[in-house]
Amino acid sequence: MTIERADIEKLAKLAQIGITEENIVATTNSINSVLTLVDQLQAADTTAVEPMANPLDATQRLRADTVSEANCRENFQNIAPAVADGLYLVPRVIE
Amino acid sequence: MHNKTLTELSKGLRSGEFSSVELTHHFLNRIDQLDGVYNSFITVTAEQALAQAAAADQQLAKGNTPVLCGVPMAHKDIFCTEGVRTSCGSRMLDTFVPPYNATVVENFAAAGAVVLGKTNMDEFAMGSSNETSYYGPVKNPWQTQCVPGGSSGGSAAAIAARLTPAATATDTGGSIRQPAALCGITGLKPTYGRVSRWGMIAFASSLDQGGPMARNAEDVAVLLNTMASFDDKDSTCLERPVPDYTATLNAKLDGLTIGVPEQYFGDGLNPAVEQAVQDALREYENLGATIKDISLPHSNLSVPAYYVIAPAEASANLSRFDGVRYGHRCDNPQDLEDLYKRSRAEGFGDEVKRRILVGAYCLSAGYYDAYYKKALQVRRLIQQDFVAAFKQVDIIMGPTCPNPAFEFGSKGSDPVAMYLEDIYTIATNLAGLPGMSIPCGLVDDKPVGLQLIGNYFDEARMLNIAHRFQQQTDWHQLAPPSITNVSLQDESIAHANGESA
Repeated sequence: MTIERADIEKLAKLAQIGITEENIVATTNSINSVLTLVDQLQAADTTAVEPMANPLDATQRLRADTVSEANCRENFQNIAPAVADGLYLVPRVIE
Repeated sequence: MHNKTLTELSKGLRSGEFSSVELTHHFLNRIDQLDGVYNSFITVTAEQALAQAAAADQQLAKGNTPVLCGVPMAHKDIFCTEGVRTSCGSRMLDTFVPPYNATVVENFAAAGAVVLGKTNMDEFAMGSSNETSYYGPVKNPWQTQCVPGGSSGGSAAAIAARLTPAATATDTGGSIRQPAALCGITGLKPTYGRVSRWGMIAFASSLDQGGPMARNAEDVAVLLNTMASFDDKDSTCLERPVPDYTATLNAKLDGLTIGVPEQYFGDGLNPAVEQAVQDALREYENLGATIKDISLPHSNLSVPAYYVIAPAEASANLSRFDGVRYGHRCDNPQDLEDLYKRSRAEGFGDEVKRRILVGAYCLSAGYYDAYYKKALQVRRLIQQDFVAAFKQVDIIMGPTCPNPAFEFGSKGSDPVAMYLEDIYTIATNLAGLPGMSIPCGLVDDKPVGLQLIGNYFDEARMLNIAHRFQQQTDWHQLAPPSITNVSLQDESIAHANGESA
């Protein structure tokens, strides 16, 4: 599978990463190099093999639905780029 | 003092040979004067370290303290430290000061360990050479034109240069074992789930595992006793008791069967590295072990499977860095999409962006089954190879890496050339097995690592097997020539300025 410029532009949108015009060709080439590597997987016979998401086939442990953490809002807001009145600020979304 | 192992330093503190404050001053002085060359630390926490050391000295005076009380160490800059910048080697987190400690950090703090600082690493632990760090590459103390390995290159180089006796590290595809091999130290990646991942910045959550690095297996056992714990804050952490890893270090190896996979000795392995590994296997035969040839038939698919699974998980994990709640934000965003795209483009380096894009591709509509599901199926085939092998053998051994440390820039611009340096370490992460690297020789005056792969939860046996080898050999005692003849200035003038970056 080889990807082209349009695919990279779509991926950049999916991943929300800006790619400058001068980097598009180099990015496309390096991603194609990785995809050529991973295409070796297609040769493996995986008929009836169950996918393995956890190496110990463990399932997520559940805990009781009780409050365990104190409210640390001020601490968390202290490290944010822009806040006001306890809210996180972003550029205007709705005109 | 810096040539003593962690265990020796612990004894020296208890016998009153030196105080923790003296010891901490000694290592801070070395970092201050030598790390300009190696660049193994991103942040040095001198003031806090000395305060911790003073508190440790008070505890030591009372007696009956944990073995790590007063012993200096360092944390890889991937573990969140409350009040101390945790960068993960990225511009994205250059100003990130976590409001909490990782469980691993808490465990060492509770044991009274003194933290010298945070070590350099490949950005978000993505790399095998430390060249992707936003803070510049770490130099290998054995030959400074060579890489220290990665991603835990700062931890490995700092130990090799005797700037710290021990450090924490993490391993997603070889990031503990490969730098340990290239820097001539001992490192262990535990079974998946043995060490809490809470507060350890996530790269690929089903592969990431924290583990200790030190100069020998005995010290690593001491560290793992504190580092491993059950943690209900990490839903993948194992609910199993932690044994005393030092208790069985001296057990005899009679009757031990070592499996040697044919696939780890094929094309691409440096012949001199192979010779060093074969010599180590002969040493094990002398210790009473039997060598058995085994096959791990799907080994050649481990790198391709990894470069689907790890980027896919990374693309999901790193979506949290959006320039809104914490981390880098671009100047003057025009709209929300511009804020996301430019903050991420500026905050992440090339390798991180590449893996996010590959991951997004493998998870995207129309490609999920062909890439992601297929890789997870191959992952099971790789694991089944190991399960079958461990029915015949007690431990698996081979080279940690195909080559000794390579020169900066020598892998060129093709990312795949770098990926293949992890060809022998990645399968262990996919299977979730514990792995170790211990020094077993020198090639071109650079260290070579012997890799040990144990069965699930068999860290104690693996440490025993490593320790017995280290009692018969002195590869782990060799120091880089560049550090043995350095004369330092008077310690009393160092760190007059307290905390420094």
